[in-house]
Amino acid sequence: MKNKSEIMKLNQIIEKLNLTVETKTADLKVDVTGGYVSDLLSDVMANAQSGNIWITLQIHQNTVAVATLKELAGIILINGKKPAQETIHKAEQENIPILISKLPAYELICELCKMGISGRK
Amino acid sequence: MQNGNFGQEIMLRTYSADLHIHTCLSPCGDLDMSPRNIVKKSLERGLDIIAITDHNASENIQAAMEAAQETALTVLAGMEVTSEEEAHLLVLFDELSSMKQYQLLIYDNLPGFGLDSATIENQVIVNAKDEVEGFNDHLLLGATSLSFQKLVDKTHELNGLAIASHVDKESFSIIAQLGFIPAELDLDGLEISPFMTLTQALQVFPDVNRYPLVTFSDAHFIGDIGKQSTQFLVKQPTINELRMALRGEKGRGLGIRDWGLGTGN
Repeated sequence: MKNKSEIMKLNQIIEKLNLTVETKTADLKVDVTGGYVSDLLSDVMANAQSGNIWITLQIHQNTVAVATLKELAGIILINGKKPAQETIHKAEQENIPILISKLPAYELICELCKMGISGRK
Repeated sequence: MQNGNFGQEIMLRTYSADLHIHTCLSPCGDLDMSPRNIVKKSLERGLDIIAITDHNASENIQAAMEAAQETALTVLAGMEVTSEEEAHLLVLFDELSSMKQYQLLIYDNLPGFGLDSATIENQVIVNAKDEVEGFNDHLLLGATSLSFQKLVDKTHELNGLAIASHVDKESFSIIAQLGFIPAELDLDGLEISPFMTLTQALQVFPDVNRYPLVTFSDAHFIGDIGKQSTQFLVKQPTINELRMALRGEKGRGLGIRDWGLGTGN
């Protein structure tokens, strides 16, 4: 477990990795305790940890429900993928930040690792 | 279909249906899955209705319909289409003309076309005499860029049935890909694969109880045809009748023969 002072905030990641913020209302000052990558939502439900940032290419609104259920810090879509309109609506209602990176998943995760975001449970 | 005996009501009867069968057109379908072989085996297994459901393609349906013409078997026009979420959807129509319209939408949104000969030799188009007519040069195992919702909506627009494929499986099922079945999805039914009994499926995925459940073989090999089937209590083997059975309307209904895997030879 990290010290409180070492825990990264989502807005620091957004700034550093130049992510586009798709949700207007979601709180970006949340703590990011780690990361998880998967495009199978059933797998995310089973294995992601609370406070994780989730890296995926799925744009369906079910992603928001899963992120809410697992209390994730936010969702980063890779390869510049745009979320579906209803996904953004849901995310704004549920206060789940949705961000877009132009990078492919591997590159994005490399950058997150450099910032100290770990995938360990 | 015209009822010859005017004024006499058609009775409800049980139709044994396997509505998820691949032909040699599917890259994973065995070469022996030809129209004649499929029709012959379907009749042997006591099936009344089958559907030809190749991956994102429909070129072998007409041949199967022709091969079944002089028999008691009804062949529906089907497809197992892959959504952008990489979930499989079974789409069923009465008419080939509806399928042709659906196919246009699919090919317009299916990346990968003009593949090399080594790839397409597993995607065989045949005629009703089981002769090779050509090869499909689309990437049939790929995913369309259409959402599951869009695929369901288009199916209904053309008066077809939309059934989520093998929802209990870990790959290409709506539950695996999306975690759970989106509430707004207007599905006509869910298919449970031959790998699970209905009872097991209801234990593992209690949520599936919200929908009518069916089970089919998902046959890729001749021996698998009819290993799993669903009984439809209907008046005629048509999409409208099957829809009523799925909804339990006007005395129509469903029954599942839970044979389990590896039996039914």
